[in-house]
Amino acid sequence: MNMAIQLGAADGTSQQAAAVPGTPVIELKGLSVQFGRREILKNLVCSLRGRAIGLLGPNGAGKSTLINTLLGFYKPSSGSASVLGHDIRTETGKIRSLVGYMPENDALISKMSAVSFVQMMAELSGLPPAAALERAHEALFCVGLAEARYRELGTYSLGMKQLAKLAQAIAHGPKLLILDEPTNGLDPSARQRMIRMIRDIRDSQQLQIVLCSHLLRDVEDTCEEVLILNQGRIAHYSNLEEERKANKRFLELETYGANGDFTHAIEQLGCECATTANRLKMILAEGIEIRDIYRIAAEHDVRIRRLNFRRDTLEDIFLKAMEG
Amino acid sequence: MAVYRRTYTSYSGVLTPPRSRFLVLFRYSRKNLFRSKFQTGFFVLCFFYPLLSLIAIYLAHNLSFLERYSGSNQLLTIDNKFFFVFITVQGVLAFMLTAFTGPGLISPDLANGALPLYFCRPFSRAEYVVGKASVLAILLSEITWVPGVILFAVQASLAGSSWTWNHLWIVSSLVLSSFLWIAILSLLAMALSAWVKWRIVAGALLLAVLFFGGGFGQAINAVMRTQSGHFIDVVYLIGTVWTSLFRIDNDRGISSSAAWIALLIYCGICLALLVRKVRAYEVIK
Repeated sequence: MNMAIQLGAADGTSQQAAAVPGTPVIELKGLSVQFGRREILKNLVCSLRGRAIGLLGPNGAGKSTLINTLLGFYKPSSGSASVLGHDIRTETGKIRSLVGYMPENDALISKMSAVSFVQMMAELSGLPPAAALERAHEALFCVGLAEARYRELGTYSLGMKQLAKLAQAIAHGPKLLILDEPTNGLDPSARQRMIRMIRDIRDSQQLQIVLCSHLLRDVEDTCEEVLILNQGRIAHYSNLEEERKANKRFLELETYGANGDFTHAIEQLGCECATTANRLKMILAEGIEIRDIYRIAAEHDVRIRRLNFRRDTLEDIFLKAMEG
Repeated sequence: MAVYRRTYTSYSGVLTPPRSRFLVLFRYSRKNLFRSKFQTGFFVLCFFYPLLSLIAIYLAHNLSFLERYSGSNQLLTIDNKFFFVFITVQGVLAFMLTAFTGPGLISPDLANGALPLYFCRPFSRAEYVVGKASVLAILLSEITWVPGVILFAVQASLAGSSWTWNHLWIVSSLVLSSFLWIAILSLLAMALSAWVKWRIVAGALLLAVLFFGGGFGQAINAVMRTQSGHFIDVVYLIGTVWTSLFRIDNDRGISSSAAWIALLIYCGICLALLVRKVRAYEVIK
């Protein structure tokens, strides 16, 4: 028998701020952030609605700054943004009551036991002591720290500390979970466990996730939408889920002697093309077959050395975005 | 055998009022303070002098005892000087208690980088400071003005209404002098621990600020032939305020109003230093 235990929901009316229904999870409206003379985020405009949103970018791209700005830790120098329909300039308190945040850095008080730390954090979010204690236990069970929940946090391994940070982020039952580099420093099996946990939480359908990482695999494994940042600007936006569902036929050709005419001819068939070096990536249009590609290649005296049915991986998207 | 699988569910229960959430920090920090046997022991020791004073008040009204041992019932006089000595002794103990407990309030949060976890919740920096300061404020209140007012009440009940009405101002002096000392100690201890982040060093710095400030102030006075060196001596300033509050005749180098202003400026500086450090992430420009 497989029984799901619900984290103890008390009776009564919740006074937690409500997410505005039908609004984007994150909406950036020309958001810029400046520290001194240095502009960290530059005029970001975007609307993200997915259940799990990935923030990707190389180190120093501005991912953590964006998260910290959304949480109200940094003030925007111009523009604005909203989280679950609440403006970051005027409704910081409401945003914070809806959000669970797992920071990148070590942020646990080493002398406290995991259960009292998570309980204290839940109480600070507004839960009464009894409910906070109950949810602290359940959150620690949920992340797999049940056996170690009475141990001092200072004695935890790095992987356990990451799980404890996740537990404090979910204990108060947020509507949006922001995870900043959740797999940092984890070994492969611990990383797998963390990714599985994030997917489980996402699939519970009770909250939305923003995952900030520079690890493509983490984002690819968990997210539906991806926002790639580079040097404080939006380098690319991609809806992975829609692309997965689109059932498009992706084709990758390695050619010899191809020129602009060959690409143009293929585009004339209604296919979307992208050229990199001697490779041509395309999405086949409805009714177009492989034999049509061979025919056009023969007409343009182009030799096809290799042909793969392969969609762009997140790595391809990321590299393209970085080149752009 | 049943297999239990814990899944995430949202919380839909009642929430506590936002204004009372600073008490969460008070509760946890206080619990943490009394984990140390030394601190608990020292806290208990702080009630020794109030107990001694209580006995003195009782004996002062027990004529047979006084007549037998001294032949006079004027040996123990319960007046403003008695309460001034009481608050001075308790003030020293309050300072020592702050040096042991104060730096441990904020420095672990800063040293462990835990502030983002506090401030990513509907919990402001002001609430954090109030929550932490309330630990010291209540702890120090318990050893300063609270026993002082209890002693006054005991004395009033034994001495009668005439004495009570004539000396009622002592209550406000007890409360006001304690409040000022508690505010200075709490803010100084928290500001130092926020900047130093190392508990032991912050405790040592607190001692240094209060004692070396005095020495440095005296040196300035001697070299410059002035009285303005007293303004960097917090102990001297608080002494000036206390003597004026308890109406003790004592020739001080500076006026009590100047001492008040200087102490309030110290409080302001400590608060500014604290606010500058207590934030989720430090912005380096």
